[in-house]
Parts: sequence; C-alpha cells; structure tokens
Amino acid sequence: MSEARDTWKKPPFIANPAIRWAVYLGALGYFLWVGATMPIDWARVADGFGRAGRIFGGAFPPSFERSGLLIDGFLESLKIAILATTGGVLLSIPIAFMAARNVAPLPIYYLGRFIIIVARSFHPVIVAIIFVKAVGFGPFAGVLTLVVYSIGFVAKMLAERIEEIDFGQVEAMKAAGAPFFSTIFYAIFPQIMPRQIGLTIYQLDSNLRASAVVGIVGAGGIGATLANAFGRYDYDFALAITIVIVGVILISEGISGMIRKRIG
Amino acid sequence: MTSISEQFGREDWSRFSSKQKWQRFAIFAVCALAIAWSISSIEVVWAWVWDAPSQMGDLFERMYPPDATNLATILRVLWETVNIATFATAFAVLMSLPVAYLAAQNTTPNRATLWLGRLILVTSRSVNTIIWALLFVAIFGPGVVAGIIAIMFRSIGFIGKLLGEAIEEIDKRPVEALEATGASRFKVIAYAIVPQVMPTFWAVAILRWDINLRESTVLGLVGAGGIGIILQGAIDTFNWPEAATVLLAILVLVILGEVVSAFLRRRIL
Amino acid sequence: MLKITDLVKRYGSGDPVLKNLDLTIEGESVVSIIGSSGAGKSTLLRCINRLVEPTSGSIELNGTELTKLRGGNLRAARRKIGMVFQGFNLVDRLTVMENVQSGRLGYISTWAAIMRRYPKEDIRRAYELMERVGIAQYANTRADQLSGGERQRVGVVRALMQDPEILLADEPTASLDPKTSEQIMGLLRDLAGELKLPVLINIHNVTEAKEYTDRIVGMRYGRIIFDDKPASLDQEAMDSIYSGSPHADRSEDLKAAS
Repeated sequence: MSEARDTWKKPPFIANPAIRWAVYLGALGYFLWVGATMPIDWARVADGFGRAGRIFGGAFPPSFERSGLLIDGFLESLKIAILATTGGVLLSIPIAFMAARNVAPLPIYYLGRFIIIVARSFHPVIVAIIFVKAVGFGPFAGVLTLVVYSIGFVAKMLAERIEEIDFGQVEAMKAAGAPFFSTIFYAIFPQIMPRQIGLTIYQLDSNLRASAVVGIVGAGGIGATLANAFGRYDYDFALAITIVIVGVILISEGISGMIRKRIG
Repeated sequence: MTSISEQFGREDWSRFSSKQKWQRFAIFAVCALAIAWSISSIEVVWAWVWDAPSQMGDLFERMYPPDATNLATILRVLWETVNIATFATAFAVLMSLPVAYLAAQNTTPNRATLWLGRLILVTSRSVNTIIWALLFVAIFGPGVVAGIIAIMFRSIGFIGKLLGEAIEEIDKRPVEALEATGASRFKVIAYAIVPQVMPTFWAVAILRWDINLRESTVLGLVGAGGIGIILQGAIDTFNWPEAATVLLAILVLVILGEVVSAFLRRRIL
Repeated sequence: MLKITDLVKRYGSGDPVLKNLDLTIEGESVVSIIGSSGAGKSTLLRCINRLVEPTSGSIELNGTELTKLRGGNLRAARRKIGMVFQGFNLVDRLTVMENVQSGRLGYISTWAAIMRRYPKEDIRRAYELMERVGIAQYANTRADQLSGGERQRVGVVRALMQDPEILLADEPTASLDPKTSEQIMGLLRDLAGELKLPVLINIHNVTEAKEYTDRIVGMRYGRIIFDDKPASLDQEAMDSIYSGSPHADRSEDLKAAS
C-alpha cells in the first residue's frame, strides 16, 4: 500500500460507465436536438424586446380608474372560491372514504382512486373550458371547475389520512355493536377532523388563486376582467389587476397560514 | 369534596363548555353567512344550473367514441408539450440558483440583496403561469418561446423558495470548519453548502418538472404552444370526438409524467 | 510562537467572556485548556483564528498580528491555523478524500476545487496522513458512513492538510466514547511531536489533559488562573478552577476596582 499514490478521482455518480455515458450523451443529445428543431420564429422573438418596452411603457403607471370593475371581479372570484370550496369539500368526504383502502371494498376503492386521478390530472383551465362549453360562460362554470379541482386535492389528502387512522377505535365501536354510520361518525371523524379543517382552509386559499386563472377562459371572476383588459391592450388596467391579485393572494396566504398554525 | 358528576348533575353531559359552544357556533354562523352571501349574490342563471347535468351528459355523449384520425399530430404536439416543460424546468433550475442564494438569510451578501431575492420569489410565485403566458404571448407572439418563458418565470419562484429554505436549514458546522481553513467564500459554498442542498435540489427539480408538465398542457389556450392549441381548436369547432382523444392523451401524459418522476426520485435520492 | 496579550472579548454590552487574557505558547508543546462550561475556552480558541472577533487585545502568531487582518490576508493567516472540532464538522455528503482535501482549499484554484482536480503532491500527502491515522481505506467512502472516531481522524487530517503552524482542537473528544477518545488524544500528542507542531486543546476531561499534554492552562470565567505542568495540578488548583460562579467573580471585580 505504500507505493506513491498521487492520483484520485471522485467516484462517479452512476457507477456503470456504459449507463453513465448513455445518460450524459442522451441528455446532451436531447437538449441539442430539441433545441435546434423547436418551431421558433426568431425574428418575431427579437421583435418582442421592442414590444416589451411598449407594453411596460403602457402599463406604467397602473390605472385604478375602473376600480368598480376590479372590485366586482374580485368579489365574484371570492364567491366562486367559497362555493367551490364548500361543494368540493363536501363531495371530497365520500370520495375520500371510497378511495381509502382500509374502509372501502376493492371495486369501490378503484372507482374512488379513478375519480381522484382524473380530477388531479387535468389542469383547472382545461376543466374550465369544458364546463364553459357545457353550462355557458360565467361564474357557474368557475364553481364547477374548482369543485373538481378541490376534489383532486382534498379527497386525495383525506384518503391518505383515513388510511393512516388507528383502526383499534373502529374495532372498539364495532365490538360495541354500533351501526356503520355511527362507527364512521364516532371512530373515524374525530381522527380526521383536524386534517379536514386544515385542508379546507388551504383549499379556500388555493381556490382563490385558481379562480383568478379560470376566468381567463370565460369562467367568471377577476380572471375574466384581466383577460379582457389584455385583449383590449389596456395594459395599465391589467397591471393594476395583477397587483391586486398578487396582494390578495399574499394576504390570503398569510391568513390561511395563521389559521392553520393555530389549529395545527 | 364534590365529584364532577355531583357538581354538574349526573344526567347532563356535553362535550364542550359553553364558551367553546359559542365559539363554535360563531364560526359556523360566519361560514354559513359567507356561503349564503355567495349563493344569493353570484350572477348565475339558475335555469342553466338545473340544466347542467343533462348538458354535461350530452357533452360526454358527443365525445364518444373518441376520434383518433389526427392521432399523429396530437402525439407530435404532445411531444412539443413535454419539451416545453423540460426546457422551462431546466432554465428555471439554473436561474433559481442565484435567486435562492440571495433569498437565504445565511448566504445573502447583505439586507438589500436579501430583499431583492425575496421580491423576485414573491413576484414569480404570486403570478400564475397562465397570466405570465398572457404577458409573454403579447411580447414574443404566440408559440413555444412564450410558453417556455412563462413556465420558467413561475418555476423560478417555486424552486428558489424551496431551495432557499434548504440553504437556511443546513448544518452550519462544516461551513465554520471550512472558513477556519482559510477557504474563500465561493469555495466554502461549493464544498460546505452545495453538497448539503443537493438532495433537495434534485427533489424540487423533479417535483417542479411534474407540475410543469401539467401546466404546459394549458399554455396553448392562451396561444403559448403545446397541446392546448389543438384542444382549443377541437372545442371551438365542436369536434368533440377529437377533443376526447386530446383529453385522453393529456391524461396518459400526466400519469406517465408522475411515473417517471417517481422513478427518478427513487433513483437519485 | 503564539503570543496573546490583553485579549478581551465581550458579546454585546454584557460582561466580558475573556478578561484581559495573556497566554504564550512556544515551540512544539501540547497545551490543554481546562475549565468549566462558560469559562471562555471555546471563545479563546475561536478568537485565535477569528471565527470569533476579539473586542480588543493582540494575538500574534510567529510574528503576524492576527487581530487586524481583513479579507484575503485573514484567509491566508487562517491557512496556517488548523482546527479540530467537537462535532467533527465534516461535510457528510462528500467523500473522505474531498473532506480531507478541503483543508487545502485555500491553496488551490477555484477551478481545481470544483472539478476535484487536486494537485498530485496534495493527494500523496493526503494518503500519507490518512495512512498514518488509519483511514486510508475510506478515501472513497462518504463521511457520514464512518464511526465517530474515524470521523474525528478525518477532521484531524483535514486540519493537518493545511500545513498549519499551530493546531487548535476544540473539545476534540467530547463526542467520543472513552476508548476512542484516548486514541484521538494520543494521536494528537504523537502528531505534535512528529510534525513539530504546537497544539492547543480545549478539554473537559482532566485525566486526559494530565496524561496527554505537557502543560495545563486552567480558566475560570474569562481568566487564566492556573498555568503549569500537569504534575502541579493538585486538588486545590482543581477546586479553584471548577468552583465559584460568574456572579461571585463579578463581585470580586467590583471589590478590586474600588
């Protein structure tokens, strides 16, 4: 062991050299090839820097002149968020029970999981355009969209909580001869309630954010106001709306964090 | 000494004291009022609401069976969607490194840079991808560039925030040790801080890629590239069978994305 | 030679932690500093390499005044002061070799540091030292896979890689079991002899201090109240080092001042 050892190499991250080089070259090749073949109109992009100047020039100072419109849009977003949270959370409870492996029989379990996966996989904006086509423009499409969005998150988290509960309490209730729903109310609800309240508040906050977005495709709320302002090149009004959206999101995030900390 | 049951009577039991009861009642009342206010003042044509289930049923009927004649185009654009998400994530990861460095209290050079870092994070995080996309479509015109930049702008805040928090939570003792060896600031970061945040770095990058895959499916609806354009086109022309195919394709893509990111997480961490 | 004169360290506006302290360490002696928690041992050590900023006074190492150094000059001076820590302070996710080479960071280029292209003589020196302390087989092992004693050996080698003119050790054995702790103390003593290096060790364990060091410095609440050969540390001296409270000392200060 005493021969002069004066070289050292860090052991590579991927031990097998063939796989290592395949991964490196693959990644490099992907970025070069895709980067080179992307359909990009460079002249139009270069043009953009001038436009950016004009847009930001037009956006400053932000205009709060039509604050009536802004407030109406916001109240509508708030209503959408409240109703969607209510509906979404109520629907999440049965779906979460369906999707909890320890309480639901297998076919129902798969159905519950399927509903959650579908609700989670589609971005609210996609859900929104479908609802807009089905039930028309306006806040109702927004509410339906965010109900789906809420189910995707709340039902998933709640199902995970139900799967973690202490089953001894359920057995104790069953042993006392309690009927099915009494068992659920006395042995399972108390265990999932704190999580459920936390999730509800989080989801209200989350729905308020999302409601600003689904409006862009016609589902009501402040997003619709913003999309209109953009469409009419009213960049100063659009900036005002964006500032208000950011402000409200920060406030609602703060409030929801505070409440969850007190409950938690 | 009186026992509790004697004090309160043996036949009455209630779970909550009267103050708690009032508190709970007040919270319920506030919630109920908020819901009542929302229902009563929201601008909804109630006739449409009652009609909604049949409208939805009608829609799904028209979607069936899905029409796969344009599958080749759909798959090509789906690939473009993946590329938008991947490129945007890669750029965002690179750009969020300096921002995280500025926004972490223990690495930022001074208070001004700390606030600069936090300002960047808050701005980026508070504006939704779609709103960023509206802006960049107006600037760079419709297409993938606007999409990539929009997703990148939103992701910088997300990655930067989580990475900044990871930097703030590192074990400070190796930093002290390397400072004691006389190493420069940059080398201390490279040897004592970077190795400690690497696991978080990879986890956050993978998580964000997964989210970005979802986000990039809707960019097309505001003209910023990806599968959304085809979906919008199919819906606008009432070509519901094709819209159904696109929706299924998105579902498969998102689920595949989740599988891939779960695999990467297991391999790397 | 390390020469400390009139050193004062005060945190905020409170009582000084180090009170007009003088200490000189010559040649290659192994010196231990003992004293109860809060006596200022750790602060004293950290003032020497300026991990803690002294309030006033002077610290001279082989003719260089350390207290006034800034930026690059301070870093250059720190290279000459090795330090071993109680918690080892290794970078857990790096290999032992990288941890050891991090002692050379002050000497190599940034590029070499990032690419892990260490100079040949540094690698040879690292292997020699690692073999000397018995951890050479772990060169490619991640530091968090090692036992406490092995980790502290990595810490010692890292400090020696700096090619230091003095070695500071802040409670190097406090996180180790008794047997390993004796091994590390023996190692520090032997290395001091082999490398002709003065070593300054903060230590709680008085028995170890007596056995492994040439000179014992006893501190109480910011003052040195004992400084002699281990053999002279009798029960009376021990009592005066480990008794009393900061409050009692403060009232003595007031009496002395009036």
